[in-house]
Amino acid sequence: MSHSLQSDYKAKTTTGRIAHYVDQRVGVSGIVKEFGRKIFPDHWSFMFGEVALYSLVILILSGTFLTFFFNPTMVSVTYDGSYVPMKGVDMSGAYASALDISFDVRGGLLMRQIHHWAALMFMMAMTVHMLRVFFTGAFRRPRELNWVVGATLMIVGILAGFTGYSLPDDVLSGNGLRIIDGIFKSIPLIGTYISLFFFGGEFPGSAIISRLYSLHIMVIPAILLLLVAIHMFMVVIHKHTQYPGPGRTENNVVGFPVGPVYAAKAGGFFFIVFGIIALLSATFTINALWNYGPYDPSPVQAGTQPDWYVGFGDGALRLWPGVWPFPWEFEFLGGTWVLSVLLPFALMAGSVIMAMVFWPWIERWVTKDNRVHNVLDRPRNAPFRTGVGVAGIIGYATLMIAASSDLIATHFHVSLNDVAYALRASFLVGPLIGFYITQRICLALQRKDRELVLHGIETGNVVQLPHGEFIEVHKPVDEYRRYALVDFESPAPLPAQPNKKGKVNPIEKIRAGLSKIWFEDRVVAVTPAELEAAHHDHHSDNAVEGSVSASLEK
Amino acid sequence: MGNHSDGVKAHTSAVVTSQEASQERFPDPGLPPHAPRLTDVDSKKAKGAERQVVLLFVISILGSLLFWVGYFGIEVSGNFYDVMNPEPNKMLRLQNLLMGLGVAFAMFGIGIGIVHWARSLMPDHEMVEERHAVTSEEDRAEAQEIMETIIEETGIKRRPLLRNTLIGSVILAPLTFVTLFRDLGPADPSVLKYTMWDEGVRLVRDPSGTPIKAADVTLGSAYHVLPETLSTLTHENGYLEEKAKSVVLLMRLDPSELNVSEGREDWNVDGIIAYSKVCTHVGCPIALYEQRTHHLLCPCHQSTFDAANECEVVFGPAGHALPQLPIRVDSEGYLVSQSDFHEPVGPGYWERAKHVKEMAGEA
Ligand code: HEM
Ligand code: FES
Repeated sequence: MSHSLQSDYKAKTTTGRIAHYVDQRVGVSGIVKEFGRKIFPDHWSFMFGEVALYSLVILILSGTFLTFFFNPTMVSVTYDGSYVPMKGVDMSGAYASALDISFDVRGGLLMRQIHHWAALMFMMAMTVHMLRVFFTGAFRRPRELNWVVGATLMIVGILAGFTGYSLPDDVLSGNGLRIIDGIFKSIPLIGTYISLFFFGGEFPGSAIISRLYSLHIMVIPAILLLLVAIHMFMVVIHKHTQYPGPGRTENNVVGFPVGPVYAAKAGGFFFIVFGIIALLSATFTINALWNYGPYDPSPVQAGTQPDWYVGFGDGALRLWPGVWPFPWEFEFLGGTWVLSVLLPFALMAGSVIMAMVFWPWIERWVTKDNRVHNVLDRPRNAPFRTGVGVAGIIGYATLMIAASSDLIATHFHVSLNDVAYALRASFLVGPLIGFYITQRICLALQRKDRELVLHGIETGNVVQLPHGEFIEVHKPVDEYRRYALVDFESPAPLPAQPNKKGKVNPIEKIRAGLSKIWFEDRVVAVTPAELEAAHHDHHSDNAVEGSVSASLEK
Repeated sequence: MGNHSDGVKAHTSAVVTSQEASQERFPDPGLPPHAPRLTDVDSKKAKGAERQVVLLFVISILGSLLFWVGYFGIEVSGNFYDVMNPEPNKMLRLQNLLMGLGVAFAMFGIGIGIVHWARSLMPDHEMVEERHAVTSEEDRAEAQEIMETIIEETGIKRRPLLRNTLIGSVILAPLTFVTLFRDLGPADPSVLKYTMWDEGVRLVRDPSGTPIKAADVTLGSAYHVLPETLSTLTHENGYLEEKAKSVVLLMRLDPSELNVSEGREDWNVDGIIAYSKVCTHVGCPIALYEQRTHHLLCPCHQSTFDAANECEVVFGPAGHALPQLPIRVDSEGYLVSQSDFHEPVGPGYWERAKHVKEMAGEA
């Protein structure tokens, strides 16, 4: 035993010698063997997860820089920095240090800008990434748990952004906290206590900035990193999904090896993302907090906007009516129910989040499809799901637009009330219309695909046949392209199944009903037999297909 | 072109179901043949690509240099946003721009360079790897057996008392730590009932702090108002907390336009009315007073209150009217409050209805 631990191996190349040295001590050869040539599929839509990851890295780098200069205290100081309009003003140490970072630390402003732009980019990339996963069905078995991890990341990301936005203690951030205070207070039974505990007494108190600081720079980043680690770990275990196409099956991965191509592209891409964020930071100022002044409960600025990723919450708060058609705040069971604040969150934001988190199981329950899926759906080949996704986007976008309802009203010279009515209506019916139209578009695209397979590509060349008829030359798609167009399933509705006792229970009846709606309208892939028939058709009426078309082409 | 068969609708015409289709599928033609890139076949093109990558890396180096030019080369001194001397502002902007562009070029150069290198010069043959089930059936069986052995060896199933006391202790122990969070804040919601307003407190202008004579308040005007006693507080002993609760809007309407409910007849002074400025939705300060309609508008979520109608909610998400501050004129002609508000200010909360009743009793 001890003998075999002594290795006399002498590497010939320098790389070999370094590798051997490290390997003997930490055993990396296994890792290199496992990952060095691991295959990753390549597609532009797989890029957004990467952008999110890189933005997080940039957030941590820039945020760490900020911690060296930021002073998370609410102790009042008299400002004495070089920003003239605030000289001699009493403000919290936090706001004073945010001004110092902006004016008296060289490059501090740039770092604040990078940090904030990276935060916007992080949330944006996560959102688009999630949509990609949804629309392609990448959340299906075995990846359901990773979908949940991703959804959690999204929520924790919102918390990270909100706690960060609140740190500088300017008028906007304080006002945001005040709204949070109001939301806490609407929680039945314990809301007032949550508020008092959170602020260490009445709003704003003198504790909240340092509490948010521990959350923002320690607790939340730790949770984010842990979740990201789990997320990546699962990606490696499952191996990446791939789009359907020739040579791509449920049992293989087609793509590029990590070393060198994939790693080079992904690594290079990190610098590109960093470059984009730096460019934005150099040219567009966001959160010019010196203009707002230190937090003061009295003044407000109309038309101020929260960061976009909390916009949906703000929009939900705006849309819910307070006293129409009856007061949504009332006494019941010994307490005050503040439903006009509670419901937008519990119902509108909450149910959307819940539906999102549990979607993989909802879909599986209806479709009874519990198979492993490593090949993605093209969105058009899952018309119902794609429709639901678009409905969700429309609902979310309506809430986000509602967060700017005042700007819309002033910009288009319409009354605020009318904007609110229109948005309420759009929140209720917009998703339904969006669903319907999207589903129709998907079905139309599927038919177009069939057309393409059956009759080829229109070349735009019109030729006259010997007997005088004009026809357009169609060029058949090659077998590779054809396979990408026909490699999908189009399940029929699954009628209610009796259980073991031979009975159909009511829940199963609901499921069957949903399944009917889900799959009723469907377009199936072209089969070889159909293609054969189509060819015959065309040859008999002298249509130009296949070999005929080849001869007609110059 | 006549009879293109449309996509088949399942319920309308005969269709192939997915099971049948699987017997009737197109065979997988396998990966398409690799199409060589120009750089694969033409060594001149490859050399050209190499030069482009080098150029990109050089751009990155220049970007880093640009950053240092901004950092060390731009002299930024003096005060900013000084109307007398805009020079330092310009320099600060320039410095920020140069450093930012420097970083951007430094990063773009590296990033685009590497990606271009990978795309044009590294092999672009697609490769195939087999997938394996996340675990094999044997592994699972083996792991299960191991777990069972472990549980068996602890004897936890055979000794239920041991198990139950363990569960009990494991539930209780963490609760001690939860208890620790109790001191995050005070736990008496009744602090929400009171503000600094009291019998005879002068209404002063926000932010100047000057008291207001009834005669100053002309018809249609509106003032942001604070209690005079607020200035006795400092940031260390509750200035912001009290301010957050006691901000008030003062307006004068024609008394004939005011709808006054029973019990509030003497709360106004000749049509001068005072209402809490804290929105009852989620607490933003209400900023806008539209004189013509007597409407107060909250800028946060557009709750609208009707000043002529005791600030009832006329639109938007707020759940109840703004509380009114009863005012009168003191011996010197200044406006003063008669008492505190008769209900808690700000957003609704669980104990609010209870507090309203208690305050009615106290009044
Ligand atoms: C992970 C490590 C992080 C650290 C150490 C960190 C640190 C900081 C610090 C010290 C500030 C206050 C400085 C100032 O504004 O002048 C700040 C602000 C902020 N942080 Fe972070 N942060 C981190 C992650 C994040 C993440 C993940 C997000 C968002 C998704 C985020 C979003 C923000 C925002 C929006 C601000 C306000 C910036 C501004 O006002 O310009 N941070 N952060
Ligand atoms: S806080 Fe006034 S409307 Fe929401």
